[in-house]
Amino acid sequence: MKSIQEAQNEIIEEFSILGEDRESTIFYIMELGAQLPDFPEEEKTEENIIKGCQSKVWLTTKVDANKVVFLADSNTDITKGLISLLIRVLSGRKPEEILNADLNFIQKIGMGNIIGTQRSNGLAAMIKQMKMYALAYTAKLNA
Amino acid sequence: MSINIENIRALFPVLHQEVNGKPLVYLDNAATTQKPISVIEALTEYYYKDNSNIHRGAHTLADRATGYFENTRALVRDFIHAKEAAEVIFTKGTTESINLVASTFGRKFIEKGDEIIISTLEHHANIVPWQMLCDEKGALLKIIPIKDNGEILMEEYEKLLSNKTKLVSIVHASNTLGTINPVKEIIAKAHAVGAKVLLDGAQSTSHLEIDVQDLDCDFLAFSAHKLYGPTGLGILYGKRELLESMPPYQGGGEMIKEVSFEKTIYNVLPFKFEAGTPNIADVIAFQKALEFISGLGKKNILAHETRLLEYATEKLAEIKGFVPVGTAKEKVSVISFNIKDMHPFDVGMMLDANGIAVRTGTHCTQPLIKRLGIEGTVRASFAVYNTESEIDKLVESVAKIAKIKNK
Repeated sequence: MKSIQEAQNEIIEEFSILGEDRESTIFYIMELGAQLPDFPEEEKTEENIIKGCQSKVWLTTKVDANKVVFLADSNTDITKGLISLLIRVLSGRKPEEILNADLNFIQKIGMGNIIGTQRSNGLAAMIKQMKMYALAYTAKLNA
Repeated sequence: MSINIENIRALFPVLHQEVNGKPLVYLDNAATTQKPISVIEALTEYYYKDNSNIHRGAHTLADRATGYFENTRALVRDFIHAKEAAEVIFTKGTTESINLVASTFGRKFIEKGDEIIISTLEHHANIVPWQMLCDEKGALLKIIPIKDNGEILMEEYEKLLSNKTKLVSIVHASNTLGTINPVKEIIAKAHAVGAKVLLDGAQSTSHLEIDVQDLDCDFLAFSAHKLYGPTGLGILYGKRELLESMPPYQGGGEMIKEVSFEKTIYNVLPFKFEAGTPNIADVIAFQKALEFISGLGKKNILAHETRLLEYATEKLAEIKGFVPVGTAKEKVSVISFNIKDMHPFDVGMMLDANGIAVRTGTHCTQPLIKRLGIEGTVRASFAVYNTESEIDKLVESVAKIAKIKNK
């Protein structure tokens, strides 16, 4: 499996083809969102909603062979695309890897500028929640 | 007389820039309008040449600033056709104007069991102050329902009116849908049961001719920044006898005539409601915005905006997947819409990528959005400086976006 940094580099490479064009970048992000695996309807609960996002984002996890697997969905396509990138980078990894991840790809693909301040806060909330899950599993595994 | 839009655009520096590599198309005028150079220059000129505190200073600068300040008040009186300038109170915005009425008129005249009527179309600023007042007083808030097209149900309004009704606080033009309410009729019917009426004019004053004496409203609240003027400045108009009968809003300097530790005598109108040093620079600069509007003529502004509204409505309707939200017969130049199977946030971001500024979301009208059974809308709103070619750009972009999910 690729390292977190390798996974990020791959995304940066993919987006570099789109250049500075915002519209193409957004279209591509939405396409990525559409490819996210289906999120179970019964998991779309108030509990699974990430607080701090303008749009609705649901996030759940399961642990598979000591690795954290994330499942997520959103009611807006752009957000869904962003989550799909986070999942690509963070899902299926050991909790401590997730906790120590330094995520720099969002800015490097120019998404920070596109989503603006309000949505960047939402994105930060998503990352925080993913790390919180990882932390909880670390505690559980070490118990 | 028709107006030359290119000449008008030349007066607005902010319009001439690129956003995301595309020429800016500013269609978020219901949120705030851009400012003509005359307003911007008046602001700096005040600080360069005239800055001083008004109404009290015994020197030339203070006298000059006071003169300019009070001149704006007189122009506002003309703008809304009030009987006298003393009925014009400066606040920090429509929201504060409404809160002022809730805290003073409300404190004095609303009692347990009384009823206040608002409509489903209201902005949160015309809902929450009344909920707070009703909670405090044990009064009841009644809501006029609407039709699916965004028009209020007048027969339901009539049913809500009774001798318990003390106040009807209603929006003149909906910020979310553009619906123009039949306010003259609403006011007459409220007066027939002895209720007072507050008109939320935040969205109507920039488009429609306003005559408070003809409408016979008891209060009118609106903001300068939606009228090509500065932010942080609002107006509350009130009929003299009502304003006289209300207790002051805030205590402090300016609003008093005489203060002793035993007893304070309040100042006369309008100063009784303007405690503290007011927003002098913005009030003075607002004069230029009012002159800009009167120079063009409200009729000409409305005619141009109506042409844009009709053109946009017709062109957008041809797009597959376009869903208009709010189709009232009488509308100001606001178009709310959705694209089938797309979230308004996504549509707004894609429009922004094309240099087109719109607003998305619930537009501070969550109960209305809930009533319509949707998550929000994309809202394009037009002002006098917008052009048909800008509408073409909007239509072209919306068509492209809609195609993603509506092939």
